[in-house]
Amino acid sequence: MPVRDERRAESPGELVLTVLACGSAVVVFAVFAWIVGDIVRHGASEISWSFLVDPPSRAGRAGGISSVIVSTLEILLVCLGVAVPIGVGAALFLAEVARGGRFAGRLVRAGLDVLAGVPSIVSGLFGNAFFCVTLGLGFSILSGGLTLACMVLPLLTRSLELGLRSVPDDYRMAAAALDLSSTRFFAQILLPAAAPGLAAGLLLGIGRAMAETAALILTSGSVDRMPGSLLDSGRALSVHVYELAMNVPGGEARAYATALVLVLLLVAINLLSNTMVHRLVSPRVSA
Amino acid sequence: MSRSFPDAILVRVLRLLAFLSGCIVLFVFLHLVLEAWPALETPGLRRFLTDDAWRPAGGPPDARYGFAPMVVGSLAATLGAMLLAAPLGFCSAVFCHQCAPPRLRGAYRRIVELLAGIPSVVYGLWGLVTLAPLVRAIEPPGPSLLTGSLVLGLMILPTVALLADAAFASVPRAQLQAAAAVSLSRWRTLLAVHLPQARPGLWGALLLGTARALGETMAVLMVCGNVIQVPKSVFNPVRTLTADIALELGYATGTHRSALFVLWLFLMGAVVVLVAAAELLGSNRARA
Repeated sequence: MPVRDERRAESPGELVLTVLACGSAVVVFAVFAWIVGDIVRHGASEISWSFLVDPPSRAGRAGGISSVIVSTLEILLVCLGVAVPIGVGAALFLAEVARGGRFAGRLVRAGLDVLAGVPSIVSGLFGNAFFCVTLGLGFSILSGGLTLACMVLPLLTRSLELGLRSVPDDYRMAAAALDLSSTRFFAQILLPAAAPGLAAGLLLGIGRAMAETAALILTSGSVDRMPGSLLDSGRALSVHVYELAMNVPGGEARAYATALVLVLLLVAINLLSNTMVHRLVSPRVSA
Repeated sequence: MSRSFPDAILVRVLRLLAFLSGCIVLFVFLHLVLEAWPALETPGLRRFLTDDAWRPAGGPPDARYGFAPMVVGSLAATLGAMLLAAPLGFCSAVFCHQCAPPRLRGAYRRIVELLAGIPSVVYGLWGLVTLAPLVRAIEPPGPSLLTGSLVLGLMILPTVALLADAAFASVPRAQLQAAAAVSLSRWRTLLAVHLPQARPGLWGALLLGTARALGETMAVLMVCGNVIQVPKSVFNPVRTLTADIALELGYATGTHRSALFVLWLFLMGAVVVLVAAAELLGSNRARA
């Protein structure tokens, strides 16, 4: 097989590239093992069923994190409920309607790029000034969720757009040749075909939202009671980790335990979303 | 494509949503400028650049607004982080596309996605408890520019890697098949097909990574040491702009509070410059 032989013959320069690429993968894996290993080692001994279902007491040194988990989920729901529809719409516009370098597309993209770089603490202050004070929502889960929606939107839109763009142009030409309407093309061909990319974008968005701390301290507050409504203040898991590590002497073990719960939740979301991607895609591929 | 009735509505809705998402940043800008205005008026922008110390809390006679050491701190930590994250991130994306067998590739991507999802607070906690003592063993005090750069670099590494990976993945399959048809080697394919096609995406990855490092608050607040000084070595503690804001906002009032908004304005300005540079570079190379 002549082709195969030729491919195998790599120059020294190419060998260096191979070593670099594989070496960096090993480094990334080692860092992953180190960080996750540390979190599990320090956090696992603190976690029990009562840690998950009891409310915190003595500023978090004792008790559990039930109210913190509920607040986190409510903040996340508000955030995604606002950010996903806008993000999908903007991504469709950028990838399909304003394809190439149309002026409107470039403008929206530049706006989103700058928004992506707005530091989380700046978004926090903006959220505090606008949602909490101007709109009168106060320190609340609603303020926190809306602020997070602003923060997650650029990452969400950019990765959704990349997902849409990775669909081959053949599909678009075939749809045009068949005179499909844009609506049908988007709903029945483009979005299913781009589903893995869209799920990856959604994942990045959820990860970013749950990881957020600085902005939430300034918008949803750090009250660790069970929230009664969306207008109550609620402490997110990440804020709980920060408060325990920095402001509660002797809270480090519980900080690690909360960090472990947070990371496990993220892993669960990751797995769930991957399963959904396979469910969505496989029937169409086999059909 | 035919322009039927639902299509016209759809396009209009999409345009509205895109317009909305593009305008949020203007809204944020406006708020920040309004809040920063008093400090820009009374001490004036020049005081921020020329004063010899940062003591904004004192009364008007002996207040000082020099924020240069914190700018140096922010830039140094960001530079250190990018020196670590950019090469590693790009190489890891190349690994995904050119080296790894398919099964390993999937598992590896999963790991990078997980790393991307670990909250900055957790990186900060890890840096404080694990990394700072290791750095202290080399040279005290432990929390320092080096510790901050390492933690920041590891934090933004998955972001850079995932975005670079997505950029490589967007290379049209037909071009890869063409490269295979003329039996280009893997690395020739990478240099001749992947790189030119993915260049705008790679610039995007670099830009978002840098912007994220520059604006990161929690991790640097926990591991950089927070001493306001121009670092003489990588083992000196530094305070970044974002950490200063987080530390002082709680008790800042009046001109002090407004002065913190000027720091924000500076951060935003840096981000705008980054975006503009990346846009220019990206579009020039793409056209050439």
